Amino acid sequence: MLSRTAENMYWLARYVERAEYLARILEATHRITALPLAYVGDTNEWESTVESAGCAPEFFATYSEANEENVTDFLAFSAANPSSIRNCFEIARTNARAVRTALTSEMWDSINSAWLELKRFGNTPNSREEFARFLRWVQESSLRFDGSAYRTMLRNDAYWFSRIGVYAERADNTARILDVKYHLLLPADEHVGGPLDYYQWAGILRSVSALTSYHWVYRESLKPWLVADLLILNEQMPRSLASCYENLVRNLDRIAGQYGRQGPAQRQARVVRTRLQNLRMEAIFQTGLHEFIETFIADNDKLGEAITQQYLA
Amino acid sequence: MRQAFDEMKGSDGLVRPAYSELAAWLGSVRPDELDHRRREAELLFRRIGITFAVYGEADAQERLIPFDVIPRVLSAAEWQTVSRGLEQRVRALNMYLHDIYGRREVLKAGIVPADLVFQNPVFRPEMNGQKVPHDIYVHIAGIDIVRVDADTFYVLEDNARTPSGVSYMLENREIMMRLFPELFFRHRIAPVENYPDELLATLKSVAPDRTASDPTVVLLTPGIYNSAYYEHSFLADKLGIELVEGRDLFVKDGFAYMRTTQGPQRVDVIYRRVDDDFLDPLAFRPDSMLGVAGLMSAYVAGNVTLANAVGTGIADDKAIYSYMPEILKFYLGEEPILKNVPTWRCREPEHLAYVLDHLEELVVKEVHGSGGYGMLIGPTADNAAVEAFRAKLKVKPTGFIAQPTLALSTCPTCVEAGVAPCHVDLRPFVLTGRDKIRIVPGGLTRVALKPGSLVVNSSQGGGTKDTWVLDR
Repeated sequence: MLSRTAENMYWLARYVERAEYLARILEATHRITALPLAYVGDTNEWESTVESAGCAPEFFATYSEANEENVTDFLAFSAANPSSIRNCFEIARTNARAVRTALTSEMWDSINSAWLELKRFGNTPNSREEFARFLRWVQESSLRFDGSAYRTMLRNDAYWFSRIGVYAERADNTARILDVKYHLLLPADEHVGGPLDYYQWAGILRSVSALTSYHWVYRESLKPWLVADLLILNEQMPRSLASCYENLVRNLDRIAGQYGRQGPAQRQARVVRTRLQNLRMEAIFQTGLHEFIETFIADNDKLGEAITQQYLA
Repeated sequence: MRQAFDEMKGSDGLVRPAYSELAAWLGSVRPDELDHRRREAELLFRRIGITFAVYGEADAQERLIPFDVIPRVLSAAEWQTVSRGLEQRVRALNMYLHDIYGRREVLKAGIVPADLVFQNPVFRPEMNGQKVPHDIYVHIAGIDIVRVDADTFYVLEDNARTPSGVSYMLENREIMMRLFPELFFRHRIAPVENYPDELLATLKSVAPDRTASDPTVVLLTPGIYNSAYYEHSFLADKLGIELVEGRDLFVKDGFAYMRTTQGPQRVDVIYRRVDDDFLDPLAFRPDSMLGVAGLMSAYVAGNVTLANAVGTGIADDKAIYSYMPEILKFYLGEEPILKNVPTWRCREPEHLAYVLDHLEELVVKEVHGSGGYGMLIGPTADNAAVEAFRAKLKVKPTGFIAQPTLALSTCPTCVEAGVAPCHVDLRPFVLTGRDKIRIVPGGLTRVALKPGSLVVNSSQGGGTKDTWVLDR
């Protein structure tokens, strides 16, 4: 297939996934900030949301204060923020238009309808209820797009590149939340927060849609190190780093199979997956959770570059 | 202006046989039902994303071409005549181009004035003496046809460069079959859905001789901001070929390649929807971002086929149009089956004098204009416009041709006040391959949606209709 087509499929999937992630962290933040101060402490949740979204520098170039109004506007609607939900859909649709022929009509329909629908949502929501509906709608649109890809696409390189986009973005998003919140996820004896953090942990899980999964996996009340375990090492959990890399390896291998050639991208993905498979949380805590996540983010970027070099350039 | 010929009711008000079923249906269908279907059709178009852009309208980047749900019907006999005429005309166009870029017999014989060719900006000196694969220049032609009475079809314009509109022909039919399945049972309508297959067969047939048995065909688009981008992606999809932009292609050692996830892949035939000017920054406009550097060198080396060929503008130019009947006779020794609209060439003094005397009755067109821009429609223009045009005409008469205001035929059409006759034209698509000429029955009918209006161009508010050619 054309390199440009593969590139568009990859970024199309990434931007839809990113829009969903932004909607999730905004939703989680709304829940936390609705709680009385006594339950969550006086940290600025809006600031950490901007950091989790990975656009703190751009945000503070425009605004001096991270509060509900500014952050909501910047992450959801701003035209100036290249990764706002609005722009994610805008870019996703532009990519989709450029590769209409590689999409099934169901996929095109879902992304085009979402884009048309988005025009109907105003720039500033009239109420929190309306904004909450908007966030749900974003997640549903992403699910619809993902589902239509899964159910209608031919299983060939176009599909696999789009899957790779999903998992590369997802790994990046999960890692970013971990990076911002790592200090909340240390084992009890090192931990400086105490029970105040309970709602924070729930918030983290919610932002990766894993609150219910947590209880099914561990059958325990929320423990920070188990939250970290779920998000990093648990292969059953679709947004964990381990699961993302298992999927990245699998889809890259399928491409290599079709093309009859392995390359740096496959090797890089396999190195990271093997490391995740062989790690235990104790070891991660020993070397430092923060350092571990920083290394992971760097490795994930390296994979992105390898994919670009090998297929998209 | 004469009373227009109505394709349903003829000139005597009696329903013509081809329309008998449709007229009965129109008589029985409730107005709100028709309106409901019309809105349903619009929704379908919007959803599948069939849009086009109008140059110069900032906000209208993606607009729908209005679709009229009442089909236009041609009888089998009518179509047979038109189809034979089209084939004849396109054969002549190809022979003429081969001659112009070769021995130039047509100029030597004095059929076409040489200055009209050599001083014409669409003439491509780069093509002089160049052989194109299988001597075919116009692989895809869109011939615009108008009708003025029961028997007379005129060719209004030849489109031999990158004619568009065929996606509407195909989508209009799909939508009609979804909206009115019953009508399709009551008629026997020749299908058009094989057009993509015919096009692919045509394109494959013209691959360079040296090509391996299964040539690689791609469609070259200027990109998503082009007004016809939807059509480009639509066709690439139906043909199962890659939709490439200039940056996806490169030329190395005289061959064209596309960049793929598995490395470079040879390209044999390029169905290009990029104008000559932008094809290759090394050969034509150096500022073109849409083209492929070196493509012309691969082309003249005979290693890649461009469809259509470079330089076909010299066949469909309005200045050449009026000579087409003589051109056709010159190459084929036959009378044209489809006539030209009578045309005054303002470059000739007697013609100019006549035109200046009759501006109020004539349509005057700029020789290098298109899309309905830069023309004067005498009967509907006000005095000031006529005088302004008269001044322009006197300054540069060679830039203009004039034609009588034709009473274009009308077809029943949904308008605000119900159903009314509106003027239509027809753009059939003619495919010329190495083996044969292929034409799917019908084409794109364009309709002027304001009753009385003669402008059918989609860029000026015209709409489209499905075109039915009856099977018997």
